[in-house]
Amino acid sequence: MRARLVGARLLQAIPVVIGVVVITFVLTRALPGDPAVYFAGDAADEASIQQVREQLGLDAPLPQQFIRYVGDLLRGDWGNSLSTGQPVLSDLARRLPASLELTLIALLLSCAIAIPLGVMAATRPGSWRDHLCRVLVTAGVSLPTFFTGILLIYVFYYLLDIAPSPLGRLDFLYIEPAPVTGFYLIDSALAGDWDTFGGAARQLVLPAITMAIFTLAPIARMTRAAMLQALSSDFIRTARAAGLPRGRIVYGYALRNALLPVVTTLGMVFSFALGANVLVEKVFAWPGIGSYAVDALVASDYAAVQGFVLAMALLFVTLNLIIDLLYAVIDPRIGFDAT
Amino acid sequence: MTDVSRRHFLQLGAATASALPFLRALPAHAQSGDVLVAVNGQTINSLDLHRTGTNRPSYQVAINCYDRLVSFGTKPSMGGGLEFDYSKVEPELAESWTVSDDGLILTFTLRDATFQDGSPVTAADVKWSFDRAVSLGGFPAVQMKAGGFTRPDQFAALDDKTFQITLDAPSKLAIPDLAVPIPFVINSKLAMANATDDDPWATEYLHLNTIGSGAFKVARWVPGEQLIYERNNDWASGPVPAYKRVVIREVPSAATRRAVIERGDAQISFNIPSKDALEMSDKMEVNSTPIANCINCVGLNTKFEPFQDSDVRKAVAYAIPYEAIFQAAAFGRGAPLWGEETERSEIAWPRRTGYVEDLDLARAHLAKSGYPDGFEVPFSISLNQLDWMEPTALLIQENLAKIGITVTIDKIPGADWRTASLVEKRLAFHLEGFGGWLDTPDYYFFWAYKDGHLFNSSNYRNDEIETLVDNTLHIPVDDPAYAPNVKRMFEIALDELPRIPLWQPALNVALNGASDYEFWFHRQLDVRPIKPA
Amino acid sequence: MTGTTQSHGFASHVGHVMRQNPVTMIAFGMLGLLVFCAVFGPALVPHDPLASGARILQPPSGEHWFGTDHLGRDVFSRVIVATRLDMVISVGAVALSFVAGAILGCAAGYWGGWPDAVISRGLDMIMAFPLFVLAMGIVAALGNTVENVIYATAVINTPFYARVVRAEVNIRREAGFVQAARLAGNSDLRIVALHIFPNALPPMMVQVSLNMGWAVLNAAGLSFIGLGVRPPTPEWGIMVAEGANYIISGEWWLAVFPGLWLMFAVFTFNLLGDGLRDIVDPRQRR
Repeated sequence: MRARLVGARLLQAIPVVIGVVVITFVLTRALPGDPAVYFAGDAADEASIQQVREQLGLDAPLPQQFIRYVGDLLRGDWGNSLSTGQPVLSDLARRLPASLELTLIALLLSCAIAIPLGVMAATRPGSWRDHLCRVLVTAGVSLPTFFTGILLIYVFYYLLDIAPSPLGRLDFLYIEPAPVTGFYLIDSALAGDWDTFGGAARQLVLPAITMAIFTLAPIARMTRAAMLQALSSDFIRTARAAGLPRGRIVYGYALRNALLPVVTTLGMVFSFALGANVLVEKVFAWPGIGSYAVDALVASDYAAVQGFVLAMALLFVTLNLIIDLLYAVIDPRIGFDAT
Repeated sequence: MTDVSRRHFLQLGAATASALPFLRALPAHAQSGDVLVAVNGQTINSLDLHRTGTNRPSYQVAINCYDRLVSFGTKPSMGGGLEFDYSKVEPELAESWTVSDDGLILTFTLRDATFQDGSPVTAADVKWSFDRAVSLGGFPAVQMKAGGFTRPDQFAALDDKTFQITLDAPSKLAIPDLAVPIPFVINSKLAMANATDDDPWATEYLHLNTIGSGAFKVARWVPGEQLIYERNNDWASGPVPAYKRVVIREVPSAATRRAVIERGDAQISFNIPSKDALEMSDKMEVNSTPIANCINCVGLNTKFEPFQDSDVRKAVAYAIPYEAIFQAAAFGRGAPLWGEETERSEIAWPRRTGYVEDLDLARAHLAKSGYPDGFEVPFSISLNQLDWMEPTALLIQENLAKIGITVTIDKIPGADWRTASLVEKRLAFHLEGFGGWLDTPDYYFFWAYKDGHLFNSSNYRNDEIETLVDNTLHIPVDDPAYAPNVKRMFEIALDELPRIPLWQPALNVALNGASDYEFWFHRQLDVRPIKPA
Repeated sequence: MTGTTQSHGFASHVGHVMRQNPVTMIAFGMLGLLVFCAVFGPALVPHDPLASGARILQPPSGEHWFGTDHLGRDVFSRVIVATRLDMVISVGAVALSFVAGAILGCAAGYWGGWPDAVISRGLDMIMAFPLFVLAMGIVAALGNTVENVIYATAVINTPFYARVVRAEVNIRREAGFVQAARLAGNSDLRIVALHIFPNALPPMMVQVSLNMGWAVLNAAGLSFIGLGVRPPTPEWGIMVAEGANYIISGEWWLAVFPGLWLMFAVFTFNLLGDGLRDIVDPRQRR
């Protein structure tokens, strides 16, 4: 039953991925600017630009370029990024874990704070705690992440000197762990190198806090709203009337029912945060995929943009599948036969 | 982190690294004196300058890891520290050289030097490297052409130590063009061992490996993160550098770079904003060297009708608030190019133009022109150079509004900027900041004022300039015709004003814990002379 | 709103919610201030927001309440004048995506089958894009104007609404009250619009309140990359973005004041969202 369900969702994902590939190809070609001119160099003349254009295969008509691109993709060749000079696949393999590690840590941190806050606010709507919770999370989402990031660097690194220098994933002091997963925390733990683990964790603190502050609001707000709705529903009233203990009502019944929209939000926040932590990455010199994509887009680096979007799309499809399965676990009312 | 734990990790790191056969990470903290940490904002995208698509920040690899035949001398700089001296060509890999009487044959004798794999540097390596520079096309070929090097048959290895170049015509630019980063010498045996039929010049191998005879080699390179140089203790072409390792860290945010250099976690911050340069100069050594042969200017495209009118161009020139721009966009760093004109008997370059901010004069010129009621024009600036272009554009926009010219500002993405401004030359009104590597005014005019040439973003054409530049470009500076020709070029350019010079920009470099920085025309960090402070 | 026949009841309900929740009243007051700034701000500010001056990077003073920027422009005037543009961007983008999301979500959730399949896959496709990069791509490809920033922001927000609506509608389409309405001879359109959709409003209102803020921040991010608002037009996001670079060097007012004002606006939208949620929640109606 479950296996069929997973199979069906995977089948649905195929048109999505195909659509993404096509749209990305068209979108990159619609970008202004000529990568051949950009990458031919400062003093290149007409002839050398033409030479570069031929080398990049940009002299062919668009349909032919597309066919070549798809053919390369099917062979597992995602092309070469012009701005880093590396194969896109190896760029992504190195940068995706960096972004994932940061985003996941930030979301964990965020959930640990936001869900209890949301539940607390919902159990006493209109109280001072509710308002305080609202003020706190709203303050977090109201500030652009790069602003929060620079502020944290200014206070904790520049003024107080208790944070390490904001220079990427590891200080110079540490040896990069042997890559297994690409997550420094996991890799160093696997290698039993706790000093490096500590070093990587320290580098994570400020950027993760920056991201967490920004993602508190959607999670806390959705938890509150969903809890309010769940608490006012008939079955809770029934449970109350039946005299079940308060804690059991809130956490056992209401929260379980409220989790559905919370999980939806979490999934959205995750993909949103992963794509949007560009500016945090820039501020903390974090070698992730967000800054990679923006640089590529500004430089009209087609292969890098396409590779990035495709990787994110695949990730999103996987994530979606997990969320849908969670739905089925959390809320038996939702049916899959309709889709 | 406390000092104690820092030291602890230092020892720990050093111990672990010495146990490793190959450098996997940086063991010691920078302040130990062996390691230099430099931060910059840009990505190095290749270790091979000749490869298609290699960007400007990558040129430093060619400078630090490879030798050229010759180099320039140095002189004290008005911006602090030393800068290159275009008038003095000095030996690098070549011990000595001779030029035939007709100026056509250049013969170089190589010094005893070895590549980093221990094999000797021979004239055959030089020939292979030069052949590569003119054969791969793109920017390297264009730059080689400026010195008169276009074909492999111009280069010959007479014996192991003697290398000869035959020019088609004598040129004063030939030898200086051998000191630019492009003609660097590669270990040809190693390269050819890694070449394939599809890739006879081993571009894939050289993209990832530095195989030169230079002062450093690249021990580790992670694009987007860092590049680590390791010293070559057997470097023959100059004094062995003070630092064993140099870490170039990529930090995109200028604010973060400033925090890091101020805290002393990096010793060099390269190409910092002028504002930071001004404010940090009392806390640490900051060099602000006006960039030789480089001018930030306003381009008036002759394809845009109103700018065909000489009075309109003069009106614009008198309406520009030069001083305010120089303060807001450059914080007074660099050299002003407006105001009382440099004596025309001087051939110093860049020079002051004689134009000043004078709105009455601007209005008078506009009234005389064919557009007394003004006109509308888009003003284009590059997204990649917003730091100086945006304040400049805003101040010009404000003043032009006062004389009746309505300006809207267009920000153009980096990828489109070169296409629009230099290749298609379709921007009516824009900013431009060309700087020539070879430091003579005629070289600047060749690129920026000759019809169809790349940096002539104004589509300017003047027949007299065409002949003057052609006649002047290759003759020696002490030729009797040289000075009069150059003066005539200045006269025409200042009267016709297809480009309105604003100021000569400076390259700002902050050093905290290091010294002996040298400014070079290529505007990249040459780490070889740097020493701990 | 739902059901014009209930307009009197609705008004009294709004009054009830307002009295019930003083925070909502404050929020409407704050919104009033923002709207006032948007409408009258440009006429009332003490300085020309575009005029440069000789006094650059001055800290806040009696003459310049929020200090001056790198061109000597008055930060206070720029912040106030920017209100109009930022309100237009956020309200425009959110309204567009709200309407589009509601229609798509209802269609997918109510009818199911192939309309649901097509719409859901289409939405998945948009959401499978990294959203900020998609917005960048759209603006870069379509051209650099405020309208395109609004469209791009609307496009990336639409799936959020559509998915919420679809989930709520899907759950209720076979519910007892819906079947009763169907048996009573109501048309599908009427059932969806009057009976099912209102249930999706509370969670949508939370989305609205969050998205108003996101829309401004998104526009800020775009201007930071250089897309969107054309200089010298004042806009909060770009002011914070540019100002952030001055924090380390000590000119904090460039980022902090636009940041606080931006925060004030997003804060207002959030509080408003809660009030709206209470107003539209059918279960809280008495």
